[in-house]
Amino acid sequence: MSAPTAMNPVEPLLRSERMPHIWCPGCGIGTTVNCFARALERSKLPLDRVALVSGIGCTGRVAGYVHLDSFHTTHGRAIPFATGLKLARPEMTVVVYSGDGDLIAIGGNHFIHAARRNVDLKVICVNNFIYGMTGGQVAPTTPLGATATTAPYGAFERPFNLPFLAESSGAVYVARWTAYHVQHIAHAMAEALQKKGFCFIEILAPCPTLYQRRNRLGDGLETMRYYKQHSVIRNGASTRDLDLGFQSEITVGKFVDIERPTLQQTMEAAYRQALQQRYAGWRA
Amino acid sequence: MPPTATPAARKFRGEVFIHADRCKGCGFCIEFCPPQVLAAAETYNRHGYHPPRLVNEAGCTGCDLCGLYCPDFAIYGVRVPLAAAAPKPETSRELAEAGGRR
Amino acid sequence: MTADPKTVLTGPHFMDGNHAACEGAIAAGANFAAGYPITPSTEIVERFAMRAPLVGATFLQMEDELASSIAILGAAWGGAKAFTVTSGPGFSLMMEHIGYAAMTETPSVFVNVQRGGPSTGLPTLPAQGDMMQARWGSHGDYEIIALSPSSPQECFDLMVDAFNFAEQYRNPVIVLMDESVGHMTEKVVIPAASQIELFPHRYTRRAAADYLPFQPWPDGIPEFARAGDGYRFHVTGLTHNEHGYPAINAPQQQELVGRLVGKIRNHAEAIARAEECRLEDAQIVLVAYGITSRVALRAMQMAREERIPAGLLRPIVVWPFPEKRIRELAARARAFIVVEMNYGQMVREVERAAAGRCKTILMPHAGGAVHRPEAILDIIREAAQ
Ligand code: SF4
Ligand code: SF4
Ligand code: SF4
Repeated sequence: MSAPTAMNPVEPLLRSERMPHIWCPGCGIGTTVNCFARALERSKLPLDRVALVSGIGCTGRVAGYVHLDSFHTTHGRAIPFATGLKLARPEMTVVVYSGDGDLIAIGGNHFIHAARRNVDLKVICVNNFIYGMTGGQVAPTTPLGATATTAPYGAFERPFNLPFLAESSGAVYVARWTAYHVQHIAHAMAEALQKKGFCFIEILAPCPTLYQRRNRLGDGLETMRYYKQHSVIRNGASTRDLDLGFQSEITVGKFVDIERPTLQQTMEAAYRQALQQRYAGWRA
Repeated sequence: MPPTATPAARKFRGEVFIHADRCKGCGFCIEFCPPQVLAAAETYNRHGYHPPRLVNEAGCTGCDLCGLYCPDFAIYGVRVPLAAAAPKPETSRELAEAGGRR
Repeated sequence: MTADPKTVLTGPHFMDGNHAACEGAIAAGANFAAGYPITPSTEIVERFAMRAPLVGATFLQMEDELASSIAILGAAWGGAKAFTVTSGPGFSLMMEHIGYAAMTETPSVFVNVQRGGPSTGLPTLPAQGDMMQARWGSHGDYEIIALSPSSPQECFDLMVDAFNFAEQYRNPVIVLMDESVGHMTEKVVIPAASQIELFPHRYTRRAAADYLPFQPWPDGIPEFARAGDGYRFHVTGLTHNEHGYPAINAPQQQELVGRLVGKIRNHAEAIARAEECRLEDAQIVLVAYGITSRVALRAMQMAREERIPAGLLRPIVVWPFPEKRIRELAARARAFIVVEMNYGQMVREVERAAAGRCKTILMPHAGGAVHRPEAILDIIREAAQ
């Protein structure tokens, strides 16, 4: 390394004039942003050619803090916005960065269809088991028995197993880590940035203000200790086996890394085969 | 995982920078610094949180795990080659006292 | 800037309004569409799906109207000229993104081939029941531009205008067709590409360091930038400042909403477009748009045969509403008769602009069929007495 630079590696990615951010003390979202910055640096992608699209929610605010072409869209619709952007601007790397409620509840339909189509998007889902921005309501990821403001007697709906949902819908890259696993997250993000197709990374992260406090699980730091003690790395594990219970063991790792033609490739191939010379390609 | 050898055995030393006024006192950096370089300061920052302070500056390997963990972008570590006649670096403490920002 | 000759099917055609609207979009330079099948609009996207790979465009059938109405906004920020197409129930689902497009000043075109409602209503039959929804359907204060074609030829022409307005004002533009116009087959003459004027993207020429994505020019409209060109801007549906950064406070809300509303209202005269027929001496002014204007015209002619001084005002731009023209006519006419295929929507605007200076009579229809000219004539006769 060269002479010391008083420059945090995350700084080139940040809109520093917007700091401090709105996230609570001990919230895991900012930690994932550090990992994203390291991954981008490693990927050597020119930052002018990377777009970040968020939906609504605490994680949805990531878009407002990164110094990229960044879009804070509507609740649940980051993926279809990103799909339009990617198709219109194929040379860009398009990252979707949002929370579990946004991507999987209100946006669930778009999530499965984008995975099915294999749109070339890097989807990062910060999963804190709860709705943060609106004050701690039950989510489709809330573990059975955990409480939320709208599940005061405990969640009684089976939550989604996100890696299984992503794989069965068609994602070509699926990983799950916790906010404790910072180097693994950065590595997974770097891999996804290099890969073509629908990549999905779930990151379990503390929401100390709502999820942990409500469920008497301590603060962010205690949650990070819990992740450290109760996570088991099982790369290549079957995504069927990744259900999460209340304070259960957490299987983390990279589960899927396959090749499949992307939407753009299948679209172009179909046009080329049917139209041959008459296919005009994409005229930007 | 970061190297755990002592700085003396390596070709570089670590240096950690703290942007105290950004800190929200979560304690992640203190907990997960492998050589336990950091502890919570007694003092408060501008927003009423206890930022980390250096208790074992020489132990820092510059692994930047603190930088990876810090949700508030308030701390990071770098590796400084020992051989290089680097221009006088800003020390961690100076940066911290100046509010951490150049 | 004029249309690309490689994409324009210049010459006379015999086609319905839906197909003509699709060709209008292509002539206007539309190179991205996303849609979801819904009667009676589907032919527009079916044709676009067929034409897209031949003209350098992309079509994607999305999983629902929520997706298609925001995929076009993503494409627009990627530099595309983009549109989506729908009808009643799908239009209801798109409302949030019309608001997002207005708030983020994303040039975009939404086509609604109106059918009978509410709810699933009359999927295969016409109505004009979405006029107010088009104007007010998304939450909060904003302005839109909406156009109402009354013939297949106009479906072509107004699609070109819609894209031009969208670029010029950086605003969502709604094309309010109806089932009758969409499925009516007539002669459509597509002009030479060189005759089709296009308003280019308002891209900035500033260096990234000098560019503020939401800093307005004196006309109230900011310069545009495309993602990927190094500007690294931020776009949000939150109330934002000139940097595009959220600013959640009353003064910023006042400044932003005031500008968004003002950039359309202050240009209402420049945007306004209407067809007038025998208004010079008209005492009875029929106001009708879209398919309804064609039966109203027939009724007006029948009235003239009876020497009743009737005339017709056909707003082509329905939003912003042509209130200045209504005010002028109200000063000298005896009555307005508003003929519309709904239970009274634009009549409220006519009444408001007339402000009591002359009588305003509604001739409603619940949809499913057009008014009979004879029935309109009866009302004209009554009003003339
Ligand atoms: S509410 Fe929860 S998720 Fe939102 S910023 Fe606070 S800790 Fe993070
Ligand atoms: S860089 Fe940070 S985490 Fe690493 S040894 Fe130094 S203080 Fe500890
Ligand atoms: S990780 Fe950051 S916010 Fe948390 S205590 Fe350390 S410096 Fe402060």
